[in-house]
Amino acid sequence: MTVALALEQLLNGLQLGVMLFLMAAGLTLIFGVMGLINLAHGSLYMVGAFACAAVAAWTGSFWIGLIASLVAAAAAGAIVELVVIRRLYDRDHLDQVLATFALILMFSEGTRWLFGSFPLYLDIPPLLQGAVTLPGGTQYPVYRLAIIAAGAIVAIGLYMLISKTRLGMRIRAGESDREMIGALGVDIRTLYTVVFALGAALAGFAGAMVGALQSVQVGMGEPVLILAFVVIVIGGIGSIKGALLGALLVGVTDTMGRFLLPQIFAFFAPPAQAGMIGGAVASMLIYIVMAVILAVKPRGLFPAAHA
Amino acid sequence: MKKLLAAATLTLSLSASGLAFAEPLKIGMITTLSGGGAGLGIDTRDGFMLAIKNSGNKDITVVTEDDAQKPELAVQIADKMIQSDQVDILTGIVWSNLLMAVAPSAVAQGKFYVSTNAAPAALAGANCNKLYFNAAYQNDNLHEAMGEYANKGYKKMFILAPNYPAGKDSLTGFKRYYKGELAAEVYTQVGQTDYAAEIAQMRASGADGIFVFLPGGMGIAFMKQFAQSGVKIPVMGPGFSFSQDVLPAIGDAALGAKASGQWAPDFDNEASKKFLADFQKEYNRLPSIYAVQAYDAAQLILSAAAKADVTDADAFRAELLKADIQSPRGNFKFNTNQHPIQDIYLTEVVKQDGVLTNKTVEKIFTDHKDAYAKDCKI
Repeated sequence: MTVALALEQLLNGLQLGVMLFLMAAGLTLIFGVMGLINLAHGSLYMVGAFACAAVAAWTGSFWIGLIASLVAAAAAGAIVELVVIRRLYDRDHLDQVLATFALILMFSEGTRWLFGSFPLYLDIPPLLQGAVTLPGGTQYPVYRLAIIAAGAIVAIGLYMLISKTRLGMRIRAGESDREMIGALGVDIRTLYTVVFALGAALAGFAGAMVGALQSVQVGMGEPVLILAFVVIVIGGIGSIKGALLGALLVGVTDTMGRFLLPQIFAFFAPPAQAGMIGGAVASMLIYIVMAVILAVKPRGLFPAAHA
Repeated sequence: MKKLLAAATLTLSLSASGLAFAEPLKIGMITTLSGGGAGLGIDTRDGFMLAIKNSGNKDITVVTEDDAQKPELAVQIADKMIQSDQVDILTGIVWSNLLMAVAPSAVAQGKFYVSTNAAPAALAGANCNKLYFNAAYQNDNLHEAMGEYANKGYKKMFILAPNYPAGKDSLTGFKRYYKGELAAEVYTQVGQTDYAAEIAQMRASGADGIFVFLPGGMGIAFMKQFAQSGVKIPVMGPGFSFSQDVLPAIGDAALGAKASGQWAPDFDNEASKKFLADFQKEYNRLPSIYAVQAYDAAQLILSAAAKADVTDADAFRAELLKADIQSPRGNFKFNTNQHPIQDIYLTEVVKQDGVLTNKTVEKIFTDHKDAYAKDCKI
């Protein structure tokens, strides 16, 4: 094991974390502002990926596809909010979980109906193809660096939006006291639709970015959704800052675990078994980290201000 | 017209070979038609139904249901099919864990099970059963073939599979034939979509070849990420990793990848040409190996049904065992454990007329048998 390899793995962890952040940011924003548990967030991620793949195949341009993914996911989010979610704010979390789970099934089968059961093709745009040589001599894919950059831009953008704009002020006000902001004459229903569409657009953006690197297929959102929930539970539900740090923590822990644990077990066991045990423990690692953090800080690392 | 002619020829050849179809036969097909693995199940269903349709046999009914890749759902469907639909034969399951939940109890209730894909070691050896047939292979076979191929020219292999039973069988099968050194043996999470950490290890390992068994979406993700990584080590895998259901989604990143398979679209025999033409005409896409396997499973059932009544289990079984079919794969026989004896080939991903597909390179094994048949006492 060399320093270059360790650095490369650290970068991989960072990039995985950024991907998770894109997903978790929308999820935690929606929970923070509306107190809604949205299991269908993974479906919006899938909508983004399919929209990007379909439009990119049709127009030949990944970039137009990327814009389409934002539009499609935001539109899907807004429609879902207006038709379904709006009726759930006053219900308890179990009803929300049931209703949004039903949405997952409807989105999945709807997507299959539209696009068929076979995975779609979505390639990385020519501009971001290939690998660059990093200081230290390792080759690293340009696209992964682009994902890290995109995540950083989204993080800064969200920070600016929430702390510097009028919309952000209302979102913060909605988080701390939704009756009061309603009483002050802010149209809370429209605000909720906007926040939901924003969260959906973030998920769709993540889906399109990741879709070029993975497989665009029905059901692609659910595994990511589970990780995104781990991220927001670790980070503190409702906190964007928590989501960012939680995502980076999960990304780096997962990557380093997959990389280092089999090597550590190799000191005690023959290689085949070390690989198997190491792999098994690595897949548990983030959940172990989550359990430890919750034992010490039951509301996560950065709990949102309101109860 | 061509299809009609082909169907007529097949019907003629079947009816010429013996009795008319007297007894009605009911087949229950449980396969994956929704969720991430649906592409495999749809090819299974379509390949199977193509053979049934070509036969023109009106006495055979097929009931199809979706297991959503969930073992508990597959068990419920199997119970329903056996008890209320009263099927005679079950078939269609893609995944080994689902098969293990369904097949042993189905054969215990006196029903035939003809597998179109899943072939766990547990049912090929000491626990083989007279009513359980496998028309595809035994799970280890395609991995064994790649192990044998890797002996030519590769000295230090990096091998990788998901951490679940079929993944372990895969690497075990590979190592059974591969004689060289292993750079690393890595198990990843099932359903993992990001392989950056593993690709970095491959680069650092000094391996001269990489063997991956990553079916479905996992393989798509891996190949796309590998192509972007700048790592230039040759990649190989079993046929599933580069099967027709995933190739369009991987794109040109798959070009040049070597794999093992019992069939490829360029096979030069009459049965294969006819199958390929019929399948493309019916469904307007290239078939995967899952479709071929299901097509043969249906052909096997049809061949037995033409000569024996399914209620006479011994006679029906004897007819199935003869494997009196024209398989697109060419040579096809059953071993004593009712798993295939067949040739396994090396294939390479190429682009033909703008479509990615597999081309045959050479034969790796002739009349290959699985390692478990010797433990089967039936």
